[in-house]
Amino acid sequence: MKKLSKMFIALTCVGALLAGCGSGNTAQTQTQTPAPAQQPAQEQSNSGSTTKTSGEPVTAVGSTALQPLVEQAAKDFMAKNAGAQIQVQGGGSGTGLSQVASGAATIGNSDIFAEEKKGIPANELVDHKVAVVGMAAAVSPQVKVDNLSKQQLIDIFTGKITNWKEVGGDDMKITLVNRPKSSGTRATFSKFALDGKEEAEGITEDSSGTVRKIIAETPGAIGYLALSYFNDSVKALKLDGVEANAENIATNKYPVWAYEHMYTKGEATGDAKAFLDFILTDEVQKKTVTELGFLPITDMKVERDAEGKVTQK
Amino acid sequence: MSHRTEGVNTERQSMIAQKMLTTNKRQKTENISGKTIAMICAGLLVIVVLSITYFIASKGLSTFFVDGVSFKEFLTHDKWDPEGEPSAYGVLPFILGSFFVTALAALIAAPLGIGAAIFMTEIFPGFGKKVLKPVIELLVGIPSVVYGYVGLTLLVPFIREQFDVLGFSLLAGGLVLALMILPTITSVAADAIEAVPQDLRNASLALGATRWQTIWNVVLHSALPGCLTAIVLGMSRAFGEALAVQMVIGNTTKLPGGLLEPISTLTSGITLNMGNTIQGTPYNNALWSMALLLLAMSFIFIVILRLLGRKRLAK
Repeated sequence: MKKLSKMFIALTCVGALLAGCGSGNTAQTQTQTPAPAQQPAQEQSNSGSTTKTSGEPVTAVGSTALQPLVEQAAKDFMAKNAGAQIQVQGGGSGTGLSQVASGAATIGNSDIFAEEKKGIPANELVDHKVAVVGMAAAVSPQVKVDNLSKQQLIDIFTGKITNWKEVGGDDMKITLVNRPKSSGTRATFSKFALDGKEEAEGITEDSSGTVRKIIAETPGAIGYLALSYFNDSVKALKLDGVEANAENIATNKYPVWAYEHMYTKGEATGDAKAFLDFILTDEVQKKTVTELGFLPITDMKVERDAEGKVTQK
Repeated sequence: MSHRTEGVNTERQSMIAQKMLTTNKRQKTENISGKTIAMICAGLLVIVVLSITYFIASKGLSTFFVDGVSFKEFLTHDKWDPEGEPSAYGVLPFILGSFFVTALAALIAAPLGIGAAIFMTEIFPGFGKKVLKPVIELLVGIPSVVYGYVGLTLLVPFIREQFDVLGFSLLAGGLVLALMILPTITSVAADAIEAVPQDLRNASLALGATRWQTIWNVVLHSALPGCLTAIVLGMSRAFGEALAVQMVIGNTTKLPGGLLEPISTLTSGITLNMGNTIQGTPYNNALWSMALLLLAMSFIFIVILRLLGRKRLAK
């Protein structure tokens, strides 16, 4: 039995090695030393895809909210361009921005503008907005309220209103579920839904999954989530009677949304540029972006700068 | 004839001598190479420990020397708002949260753990060693995230329904930690109790003491330093635990107000914010200062353990 398992392990190791060699070899023949006879065939195969790949590894580090989208896009990109190597890691927006600014990562993924973080040389970084994410106040379905005015929302999150009956609901205590002070989601929500007012202390959780679980299970809880995290267990509130959906966000009728950024240090080059261009193609924007709960950047009818100024496109 | 044998003998002797000499040489080189390898390993360990300490200290101290936060404000103020205008760096809520949750866990786990240790060694040794000990050791192997998730799914709603409060609380954190450090306390205390010489028990029983009197006055008394070691070990684990605690205490940055109120700890403050802050900014440095505090606490725990160990040896 022991022998068998040892043999199995050895076999898998050998298999993995061979597989590794195999892919390495093909990458080499395609990128570096194309034999004369193979050249026409290669040109043909390359004409379909956007650009030639240089084979230099590209690392994209940062925002965990953006991570699933970048991972899926990287997978599709590598399937199309043999030899391209794109590694995607999480770590948070702050990590992404500091890594790309220091040159440790090729691309820094972030939920917020680099200008909004202290200590980042924003003028050295080039912004690539790849998607838009909408956010909404979330409550458990038990709460009878469907709509809040902005002032009511501010009063709730600053601790002035502490019971749902004050905004037309049942007699139920309000429990706040916050994000950590450094979180990008909190920054966006506070800026556009609360007009920058300081939030009162409440339960604080970092991951969207945990926040959703707490809101769903705690009677009278209110928090905020990206639109992709809403399901049957939590309810999204309208803001000033406006529903948080793709249409209203595209025209900025519903103002609580943020760009998903992919920063490079200086202009993007080589595979990084090809990859960033690929993410902006309709293929990714119309399919992957929408499937993962983001809004296509190409659908936006307005533009917003780091200070929050909105202009028509 | 005799002359010839003599010659052979001397030849053999010299051969043996030579052989011994060569083995000595080989042993010598083996000795030296063994010593160097061991020394390199020990040296590496020392270098790693020193450089980690240096790294955390240099990052953590820059809050005070580069960013100009006063040490007193850092330790005694209760307002934590590093990104506000003006920014505030009081970590007292985190420090108190860490201490309270650790103390609560020790208060719950110490009597239970030592009680279980007495049961395992004095009262029912056969069953204790065959069944109870492996079961308790199994508890050590459960990852802390599982404890946290069980706490979040079962304990928090339970507290919420029983007391009509939020559920995320000092109590929930203390209970989860108590469960986590129980195996540590039990197994170390059991070893200490087992190490008490049988003669002491026999003498006590021969003097007419009951079994309970023997356990309480003789066995526990001699095993006291060992039991204290067990509790301190458990507390140091509780103090440094991040994940399980973070999931059930609510992470509200305010001074602990009661058993059923949400709190935050040093560890949860660090894990929630580290990924979102930029290296080199005052916010990030303040988190490193909190890490430095944790490191200092673990040094203090180790010093206490050493002192306890010396006390045990002196006995």
